[in-house]
Amino acid sequence: MTEKILSSKLGRDVEAGEHVVVNVDLVYAHDGTAPLAIDVLEGLGFDSLSGNVVFTIDHAAPAPHAEAAALHIQMRAFASRHGIRIFDVGNGISHQVIPEAGLVRPGMVVLGADSHTVTLGAYGAFATGVGSTDAAIAMARGRIWLRVPETMAITVEGKLEDGVMAKDVILEIIGRLGSDGANYKAVEFLGSAIEEMSLDSRVVLSNMSVEMGAKVGLVPADSVTLRWLEERGVEAEPLQPDPHADYGEEIIFDAREIQPNVALPGNVDKVRPVEEVEGVNVDEVFIGSCSGGRFEDFLQTVRVLKGRRVREGVRCIAAPASRAVYESLVESGILAELMGAGCVMGPPTCGPCIGAHMGVLGPEEVVVSTSTRNFPGRMGHPSSQIYLASPLTAAATAVRGQLTDPRRLLS
Amino acid sequence: MRIRGRAWRLGDHITTDHIIPGRLKYKVRTLEEMRRYVFNDLIPGFSEKIRPNDVIVAGRNFGYGSSREHAARLLKLVGVGAVVAESFARIFYRNAINVGLPVVEAFIETEDGDMVEVHLSEGIVRNLSKGTQVRFKPFPPMIMSLLEEGGIESYFRRHGKLPWE
Repeated sequence: MTEKILSSKLGRDVEAGEHVVVNVDLVYAHDGTAPLAIDVLEGLGFDSLSGNVVFTIDHAAPAPHAEAAALHIQMRAFASRHGIRIFDVGNGISHQVIPEAGLVRPGMVVLGADSHTVTLGAYGAFATGVGSTDAAIAMARGRIWLRVPETMAITVEGKLEDGVMAKDVILEIIGRLGSDGANYKAVEFLGSAIEEMSLDSRVVLSNMSVEMGAKVGLVPADSVTLRWLEERGVEAEPLQPDPHADYGEEIIFDAREIQPNVALPGNVDKVRPVEEVEGVNVDEVFIGSCSGGRFEDFLQTVRVLKGRRVREGVRCIAAPASRAVYESLVESGILAELMGAGCVMGPPTCGPCIGAHMGVLGPEEVVVSTSTRNFPGRMGHPSSQIYLASPLTAAATAVRGQLTDPRRLLS
Repeated sequence: MRIRGRAWRLGDHITTDHIIPGRLKYKVRTLEEMRRYVFNDLIPGFSEKIRPNDVIVAGRNFGYGSSREHAARLLKLVGVGAVVAESFARIFYRNAINVGLPVVEAFIETEDGDMVEVHLSEGIVRNLSKGTQVRFKPFPPMIMSLLEEGGIESYFRRHGKLPWE
């Protein structure tokens, strides 16, 4: 699908390994990366921007201190001067807000100054993360140079067991391939288990494909994708791999063998079945981020939390990925259930995942989190410990106060 | 282009969070203020111990994680002359080239403090302390010109256009 997208952009057939310069359909940056991009643009004297640019204020939002607030002011001023659409504090996380606003379609080339831009591969877009300078250049010129990546097919066949979520699937994959197992490559997620998944699940696969080094993490745009987009006012064409697509590598997983998984502190590829490491005591549970804060994530969370309480001594922080997700939690009654169980509701923000604010960990504290990374010190103190798991596992852990296989609490 | 300095030996999967923790990005405004935190969780006091043109010699997947370009910029700012690693994470690799920090994919037996020399245009890394050398595939001309001119910003200032325009 990658070669298909880039070939269609360039009007000729491209091959893996080639260097190409392509038009970029959308480029976005957030309060962690836009300020540096603005510095580059202003430093080079670009007065007009020819790219289609979006800003989001989502990482340290609402501002936890004056320094972050100053960055937000800089972004707002620049956006207003250049007519850039900005999703300000409270709208939510870029990778969720941008598709919800109908700004993404299958076949687009999208750049984001954030490594988790690969999330948009779930909508069939060639979407990849870049640094602030690359983003600035794309904002100014509307183009970028790329090396056409080799493609790796990851096929998941069969039906997932109840209690197993997309997060468990992607952790299984990263655990087997390693954190550089797909470095520089385009990953395509295929197979019946993926076809059965909702968009809320598929985005988790694409989102974490970067944790094994992928340049893009594509899911075919099928009827599920087109319906999701249509509900947001976007008309689009499907995008499927060619029946005889040439994959450099193809790796097959059996969905029935995948169990609830957890990534142990330190690196995302240290994956073990939850059942083997149950019993670790936790101080905090975080349900949120671009990798675990969507409607379906909370729908699953309350399957466990309903009629139960977060254990005394544990903080369970829940932060919807966007305002739209938040509203759907209110309308469906899920918000009341989360609060009734003792969760602390946060605003839509990336905050806790990057240790910016709202649930920063202290020395030697332990968290089970549905977020993206568990590197030392990412969520706070360098000695704190981050376990990554699904919303179901996170919820079961919140109830018991220790790492728990959610199947124990599902009837 | 030739870089010569002492080696700092690091392992596999050095992340951008190791280089500069993300949480600081929102508290500390300028790169100059961030410099003292570079590698600080891993090697306390790194930014004071490093000498200009020292070379980082690392294992697989260097620069894994966040896209924060601050990581590449800060390594250059504190004086790192080049990073030699068995492999790089792709966003860091691009960022490094864009900001003019030489990144070389090669494996050479090295210990902390060895004198290392990187010949960019010839594609050779030498460990002068051990008397060994390895070759790597030299960069294509476009990338070489970015590195020689100190990154994309200084290239643009000098030429008024981008290398591919």
